[in-house]
Amino acid sequence: MYKLVAFQTILYREIYRFMRIWPQTVLPPAITTSLYFLIFGHLIGSRLGDMGSVRYIEYIVPGIVLMSVITNSYGNVVASFYSSKFQRNIEEMLIAPIPNGLILAGYVMGGVLRGLLTGSIVAGIGSLFTPLHLIHPDIAAGVFLLTATLFSLAGFINAVYANSFDDISIVPNFVLNPLVYLGGVFYSASILPETWRAVALANPMFYMINAFRYGFLGVSDVDVQLAFLVMGGTLIVLLIWAWYLLKKGIGLKA
Amino acid sequence: MQALSLRNLRKTYKNGLQALKGIDLDVASGDFFALLGPNGAGKSTTIGILCSLVTKTSGQVRVFGHDLDRNPHEVRRAIGLVPQEINFNQFEKVINIVVNQAGYYGIGRRRALDRAERVLTELGLWERRNTTSRQLSGGMKRRLMIARALVHEPRLLILDEPTAGVDIEIRRSMWDYLRQINQAGMTIILTTHYLEEAENLCRNIAIINHGQIVEHSAMPELLARLHVNQFILELRHPPGEVPEVPGYGLERLDERSLLARVPTDRGIHRLFDALAAHDMEVVSLRNAANRLEQLFVDLVDSGKTKHV
Repeated sequence: MYKLVAFQTILYREIYRFMRIWPQTVLPPAITTSLYFLIFGHLIGSRLGDMGSVRYIEYIVPGIVLMSVITNSYGNVVASFYSSKFQRNIEEMLIAPIPNGLILAGYVMGGVLRGLLTGSIVAGIGSLFTPLHLIHPDIAAGVFLLTATLFSLAGFINAVYANSFDDISIVPNFVLNPLVYLGGVFYSASILPETWRAVALANPMFYMINAFRYGFLGVSDVDVQLAFLVMGGTLIVLLIWAWYLLKKGIGLKA
Repeated sequence: MQALSLRNLRKTYKNGLQALKGIDLDVASGDFFALLGPNGAGKSTTIGILCSLVTKTSGQVRVFGHDLDRNPHEVRRAIGLVPQEINFNQFEKVINIVVNQAGYYGIGRRRALDRAERVLTELGLWERRNTTSRQLSGGMKRRLMIARALVHEPRLLILDEPTAGVDIEIRRSMWDYLRQINQAGMTIILTTHYLEEAENLCRNIAIINHGQIVEHSAMPELLARLHVNQFILELRHPPGEVPEVPGYGLERLDERSLLARVPTDRGIHRLFDALAAHDMEVVSLRNAANRLEQLFVDLVDSGKTKHV
């Protein structure tokens, strides 16, 4: 019972944190994605015609929603956990009788909820530009959950290794964003030359974005089962990695 | 029952530094215990191990009979830590810091709020409960760390230099509070650089130096070992030359002050007589150093000699 209370406390604190600083956490994705929808979807997209047999603006909505989920889940955990390390208030939890798994679960759940909140806001904004369809809601929900969890874990691992605030911005700026943009948010792999198509297949974001799009529109550049396998496999690797770091106290204990 | 029992506790850091070289230490339940030592002696490493912030290399740690290796959660539940450095979220409200800490120990929100009100009131912080912690003064931050450490009602409270940078008035009110909770049954381990603090509050003491316990005894026993007291004598007129008084040590400090080393078996009366014989009139005297401070310096200095 006490473990449940400890988990609820971490989760409550995480939600309170991102809601307290909503101009930094909730507002920016709403503004950025509104611009994406307006410029790429509405102004440019209306001149492009169809992509993957659907209107361009419809095509890009799922990718933009998932992009927001990825960056916010990751950003929430990496910023919150590193800030706790930096201010040393992580010690409040390390000295308490909380199993490592619960600390990890609390942070990850916080990241997932922020991903859900911002993803919902972005989807809501998208619906102002084009009607939204959810052809396979179960697949969309599954992809959302796996992706948000996966990137929350990645944010946690980044924060454990980080020694400065620079270290928590390197991965989002130089790894995450390029992979998201090259992961097929704005285009179908069918328009890529053969070589670049092969490169796109090596990008895990490509599978997530396509599987999510399949949940909305029923179109995908990859086999959805394969996409779930890629996401599941990556999730397991990151979960073991994060748990190992906490168990060994790497970056946290002397 | 022992509140704390350490056996052959060792810690070697990755860089090869041997911070603890096999410490044995017992602290009885209900004690007010001082753990002293110079910077880098191993105090913080010891505390870090007790609180699961540092991983020990070897040895045994027992807290109220619970073994740290076998029942780490019971050990953590029994301990409240007031760390040396401020370590709460500077952007969090006072009330949230204390209530969340209770939550980490599995105390539900309603009960946590009641307890937070009690400890914050006792420490004079209840009126500031909705203040962001960074807006508190240094003394308030220290008291907040005590409140946070007490909210889960630990049996052993560890205070790592709790009054560093706190003004005299607040320090004395904190002493009163600590005495009060100790009298109510809580075991307290205190590390401090204010040796007057340890002498005033603690019944037993251990001195750690170079990763080893160099002294472990009752405070009165230790103080009784002091053979020489040091006083500063203020004279009515500047002395010409500092006289030599057999059995005593005299040294000029400034124009009208002398430092006198007085063996406890000789007493100070004969020194006054000797000075009067040299037409030197003492108008006032005061202790040159806190008694414990003298012993501490002696013990640490002898340790230095051994380790050169």
